[in-house]
Amino acid sequence: MGKIFALVVVAVAIATAYFVVAHVYWMPEDISVHGHLIDEQITETTAGAGILFLLGQFVLAAFVFLYGDSKGTRKLKSWPGGAKPLIWASIVLIGIEVLTLSFIGSKAWGAVYFSPVDPNSLHVDVQAEQFAFYFRYAGPDGQFGGIHPELINEGSQNYFGLDPANDVAARDDIVVGTLTIPVNKPILLTLHSKDVGHSFFVRELRIQQDFVPGITIPIHFIATKTGKYEIVCTQLCGLGHYNMKAYLEVVTQDGFDQFLKAQSAQ
Amino acid sequence: MSIHRIALAVLVIISITSFTAATPGPGTIQGKVTYTGTPAKPKPIDMSKEPSCAKMHTTPATTANAVTGPGNSLENVVVYISAGATDNPAAGGTVSFDQKGCEYQPHVAALQVGQELKITNSDQTSHNINAMAKANAPWNKSQPPGAPPFSEKFDKAEFIPIKCNVHPWMHAYFAVLSTSHFAVSGPEGDYKLPNLAPGKYTVTAWHESFGTQTQEITIGAGETKAVNFVFQAKPY
Repeated sequence: MGKIFALVVVAVAIATAYFVVAHVYWMPEDISVHGHLIDEQITETTAGAGILFLLGQFVLAAFVFLYGDSKGTRKLKSWPGGAKPLIWASIVLIGIEVLTLSFIGSKAWGAVYFSPVDPNSLHVDVQAEQFAFYFRYAGPDGQFGGIHPELINEGSQNYFGLDPANDVAARDDIVVGTLTIPVNKPILLTLHSKDVGHSFFVRELRIQQDFVPGITIPIHFIATKTGKYEIVCTQLCGLGHYNMKAYLEVVTQDGFDQFLKAQSAQ
Repeated sequence: MSIHRIALAVLVIISITSFTAATPGPGTIQGKVTYTGTPAKPKPIDMSKEPSCAKMHTTPATTANAVTGPGNSLENVVVYISAGATDNPAAGGTVSFDQKGCEYQPHVAALQVGQELKITNSDQTSHNINAMAKANAPWNKSQPPGAPPFSEKFDKAEFIPIKCNVHPWMHAYFAVLSTSHFAVSGPEGDYKLPNLAPGKYTVTAWHESFGTQTQEITIGAGETKAVNFVFQAKPY
C-alpha cells in the first residue's frame, strides 16, 4: 500500500509541475517596457519554489516507499548533530532564497517606482469613482483645469467638477471613459479617487496601483504594442465593483492625434 | 300673441340659453417653453464600460440636462399649477419609468404625491436606481436583468434627482407634485394644462439646469389662455 501511495505522490507532483513548466495557464502577453522584469521575477520565484516542492515531494515519496510497509517500530538514524543544525540549515536556506528573490525583485520595483518620469510624457489625469474610471486630457492649451468637488454633476458629464464658466484652462479639457494612448511613448497617469478606494489594473501592462482617497498617485509606463486592453478595478469598492472597468486603447501616434482632434472638436 | 307673452317667451329663451351657456366649462392654460442665450451642447456619452448597452446605440446617446428643439424650444420642463387650484386626490393609474439602453426613459417623470411609479429594467445588465430624495425618504434598489418591475410612491412634493449606482452617466428626475395639474414640455417645447375651473392661478415652470419661473394668470369659463416661458440658457 505504501509503495502505491508513494508512486501516486510522485505522479501528482510531476503532473502539477508540468502544468506550470509547460505554461498551460500562463500570463497574458506583455506589452510594457518594464513588464519583462516582473515576468522574470515571477518565473524565478516559481522555479525556486517549484524545485523545493518537487524535492520535498520526492523525499516524502522515498520515505513512504522504503519504510511505509514495514511492520513493527523502527528507529531512524538521526540527523548528524541532532535537530539544531537541521533547523539552522533550514533558516539559512530559506533566508538565502528570500534575500535572492528580494534582491532580484528590487530591480523590477525600482524600474516601476523609482525611475524618473520622462518630462515629455503624455499626462492623463485618472479619476476612479463608484463605478467607473474617467480619464482627462489637458486639451490643446496643455493645461489641466482645477477640480472643484462641489461642482461635480454627473448628469451633465462633469465628473471631475471642472468650472469652465470661470476657469479658462478647464474649457478645453477632454474627459472620456476610455484611455487612449500612443504606442511607444512615455505615459504619466495621476490617479485620484472621487469617493472610496479603487485600483487600476492592466494585466498586459503589468501595472497595478491602488487609488487612495485623498492622495494623488503618479504611475508611469510605456506601452509597446497597439491593441485594446481591459482596465479593471481590483480593490473592492462597493456593489458595482464587479462591473467596474474601462478599456485601454493603445494606438499609433497618428491615431492618437486623430482622437485628440475629434475630441477637441466637441 | 300679446306683447307680454312675446316678452316672456323671449325672456325664457334667453334665460335658458344663457343658463346652459353660463355653466362654467373647464378652461385650459397652454403654451410653449423656449430659451434665450446659448445652452450647453449635448455631449456624447461613452458607454464602453457596458458593452451590452453600448451596442444598442448606433450613434452614442447624448446628455439630457438641456434638451432643445426647433425654434429654441426647451424640452423636459415641468409646468404645473402651484397655487389657485384645489388639489385633487392622486390620479389613478401608474406612471412608467424604464431603464433602457442604459438611459432613463423618460428623463423627467412627473407624478402626483401618492401616485404609483412603476420602474422596469429592460436592459441585459443590472441597474441600481438611486432616488436621492431629501423631503421624502431616499432609497435605492437593485434590479438584475429579468427582474420584475417594482413600484414606489412618494408622499411629499419634491423634485428628486435620480441616478444609477452602477452607471454614473445615468441621470433623471422625478417631479413629485401635490397638484394633479401638471405637464412636461415635449420636443416642441409645448405643454397643456386642461380641466381648470375659472379662477386665478400661479403657473410654475421648472427646468433642471435653468431654474424655476412663475407666472400668474386668470382664466374664465371655457377660456384657453397662453402662458409662455422663456428661460435664460447657460453654456456651462
